[in-house]
Amino acid sequence: MDLNLQELNATEFPVPVELEDNIAITSLSQLYNWGRRNSMWPMLFGLACCAIEMIATASSRFDFSRFGFEVMRATPRQADLMIVSGTVTKKMVVPIVRLYNQMPEPKYVLAMGACASGGGPFKEGYNVVSGMDKYLPVDVYVPGCPPTPQALLYGMIALQRKIDGQSIANGDDVPWYGEGPAEPTPVPVLGPDIIDPRQMDMIRRQAEAAASEAGLLGQRELPAFTQLVAATAVATTAETTEAGPVDEDALSVVLPTGGTPWAEAEDIREKRRLRALARKALRATRRAAQTEGE
Amino acid sequence: MENLAAPATKRLSIDDAIEHLKSSHPHAVKSDDREGYEGVIVDSDRLVEIARVIRDKLGFDYLSSATAVDYLGEGDHMEMVYHAYRSSGGGALVFKAQTDREAAQIPSLVSVWRGADFQEREAWDLYGIRFPGHPNLTRILMWEGFEGHPMRKDWREAYYEEEQKPFDSRWPGGHVHRAEEKNVFGKNVSYPPDIDLNRLMDTSDTAVYQSLGLGVDIERVMDKDGFETNELVVNMGPHHPSTHGVFRMVLTVDGETVTSLEPVMGYLHRNHEKIGERNTYLHNIPFTDRLDYISSMGNNHGYVLAVEQLMSLGRRYNPPTYRCEALRVMMVELSRIVNHLWAIGFWLNDIGAFFTPVLYFIQERERILDFFEAVAGSRMMCNYMRFGGLFGDLPERIKSVSNLTNDRVRDYNTMQFLTEMINERIPRTIDELELLLTQNEIVIERSMGVGVLGAEDAINFSAAGPLLRGSGVAYDIRRADPYSIYGELDFDVAVEQEGDMYARYRVRVTELRESVRILKQILPRLEATAGESIWADGKPGAYQPRVPHGESYGRVENGKGELGYYIVSAGGRGGSANPWRYHVRAPSFINLTPLGHMSKGHKVADIVGILGSIDIVLGETDR
Ligand code: SF4
Repeated sequence: MDLNLQELNATEFPVPVELEDNIAITSLSQLYNWGRRNSMWPMLFGLACCAIEMIATASSRFDFSRFGFEVMRATPRQADLMIVSGTVTKKMVVPIVRLYNQMPEPKYVLAMGACASGGGPFKEGYNVVSGMDKYLPVDVYVPGCPPTPQALLYGMIALQRKIDGQSIANGDDVPWYGEGPAEPTPVPVLGPDIIDPRQMDMIRRQAEAAASEAGLLGQRELPAFTQLVAATAVATTAETTEAGPVDEDALSVVLPTGGTPWAEAEDIREKRRLRALARKALRATRRAAQTEGE
Repeated sequence: MENLAAPATKRLSIDDAIEHLKSSHPHAVKSDDREGYEGVIVDSDRLVEIARVIRDKLGFDYLSSATAVDYLGEGDHMEMVYHAYRSSGGGALVFKAQTDREAAQIPSLVSVWRGADFQEREAWDLYGIRFPGHPNLTRILMWEGFEGHPMRKDWREAYYEEEQKPFDSRWPGGHVHRAEEKNVFGKNVSYPPDIDLNRLMDTSDTAVYQSLGLGVDIERVMDKDGFETNELVVNMGPHHPSTHGVFRMVLTVDGETVTSLEPVMGYLHRNHEKIGERNTYLHNIPFTDRLDYISSMGNNHGYVLAVEQLMSLGRRYNPPTYRCEALRVMMVELSRIVNHLWAIGFWLNDIGAFFTPVLYFIQERERILDFFEAVAGSRMMCNYMRFGGLFGDLPERIKSVSNLTNDRVRDYNTMQFLTEMINERIPRTIDELELLLTQNEIVIERSMGVGVLGAEDAINFSAAGPLLRGSGVAYDIRRADPYSIYGELDFDVAVEQEGDMYARYRVRVTELRESVRILKQILPRLEATAGESIWADGKPGAYQPRVPHGESYGRVENGKGELGYYIVSAGGRGGSANPWRYHVRAPSFINLTPLGHMSKGHKVADIVGILGSIDIVLGETDR
């Protein structure tokens, strides 16, 4: 195709001189993602000890605004990112799911620290939810107890990479690029213990099984370890289909590999790092030679 | 009765006070002569009457802690343990009341000490002990409708493995499994077999409102046409930027004025104590870090003091060396500085100076955290103290561990770094803070006369820390009941008379200065002991100590107030490796008791500031 560069410059908008005679080609997805990844507003929302490190990350020494995380918003309606910064308890998971449902799409969840990722040190506790992903889809997990601000920043950058890899064209890739509004996550109910509405059927079956074996089971031994495991193998398979559109792929960080501009940039960075190390080594040998000379 | 009034003026020693109680109530009071126990056991029918005598006649006017113990298999009874102190200083009078495990019931002491309010609710919630006479005996940490009382020894959590750690699955066998895979629901849940899902509604919130006893018909208030009522219920939290975490307050307001306030908590209840009773003694040290996560060093200190107290009953125990004590005090005082800077900063946030002051204080905190990281290996969760010693001595040079690569800037001589920090940087920050804030018109306008708590109320509510001292009670455990080497250090107890938000601010600023004063005395002590071991016999003590039979209560003055650990060891002859009872007397929790009282009559915007001036941290409130 023949391109007339002169014509390209003759738009109704003035083109800055340094940009004249240039063509930049991008895809809509990339442009869109570029905008989104650099204006991720986290929700001002702290749960436990990790929240303190999150505040430290937001303040002047580490300052996540530098990476486009700009300001923290106290209302979920203005937030793009939920940083689950701490232990999720059964009592607290109810408001958390509600908050998540109130966030406008596209929305992301970052599990900060051992607790939010999998229960952490308090996992065995009777009031502790063993990981945010039991209720919400988590995009990035940041290990640590608490993660250092550096680790949190790394996790946030990983999220940006994940966004880079998403595409408007592919509705299956990310639910909110599909048609129609996404289903809200069912809000758990506080009964005798916390109840995930997606597991209602399963709990009912368990209760029936327990009733038929009345007397065999102790008061609180209903789900645990024992005879019922066989009976529930069926139930478990049923449950996974019931649980609805929890996409396994969407649960892990997708790091684009090879071919993308991001990978190239990484390559360049890697080369620079190697060169810097080589220079450093050279300097060291020189210095050693010098001191020997003296 | 008149002749009983005389001893109070004489100020009996604790032993004499116990003798006095026994002679005046011969049938109702007897000594607790279990091995390693102290204090008296009181007949629970006459508990209230005797508590009055203890408070009024004997002068033990400050109820520090009230907690339950379940002695299943060790006598099969429940017990409430009370620690009462004199607000003028000195040791504790410990008294206990026992009850049956089934239908457990002990009269409420709220009419004597209002500070018992939340603690009794906690005992009801977690142990199922009823307290007749309590004004609002509802669950406090778990939700209404939760099945069972989880701290009872025979109650098992969904991920239950074994009674005590180390679990066989982890040691010595050491195969890893995920607890989720053993539970058919794949979650940390278990349900009673008679669960009725058809009648299940989320009543947790209605229950909260009803249990508050607000005297407001919620339905009517929510009705748009019901104009006949002019009271409104306002819910703040658990997700609210000014509640310092996941704390919740439910207020009724008349126009802008608050008529009543109920704190609702438990949103960060992560079962510290249940897990703590499964853990070994050593396991618990890193868990204490996560109580008041702003000042982990102080938490460590209280816990090791409590366990050391118990260990000293046994034979093989060496007290920590002088250098170790000096290091402990230094770390604790640095944490106090971090804590107070943080508290003042966030309180300013609450009254409108949004985030600017905090940014400056966090800078200073980072400096101290760098030091902690270099010494203990972690910025926040230091896990630094051990029984009879420390994790390690000061390193020669300070480097930030996580910033090590590319970090050629930060490499200091430790003592130089400390000297500079203590003599120059921190005082400079405090000066700057005072210059900008203490005489600041807006700060004064917003905080003087707001959230007043009188001295008598403060004592009766068991308030602690700056909240207590801001109300004119010069009670600082470092002076009133000295521990470690505080007895020989030279410092003043900060105290202000007004009892308002401004007074608490002033107390914190004075304490910052006093901490610097203490640190300046520590530096020469460190230099003098350089090269000495931090362990009594030059090598680390037992890794997993066996702790002799008995009980102990170790308490320290932490940034937020009196932090106490009540520990019961119920081992046989050789002692036990796991605590039978592990209770944390959390200042953030008990300091919330007077919140409703302090808030009445103020505007909604002031409530936020009052909460900030108490300075709570939710890890400790909910545990
Ligand atoms: S991961 Fe560790 S630091 Fe973070 S909330 Fe959990 S216990 Fe606290």
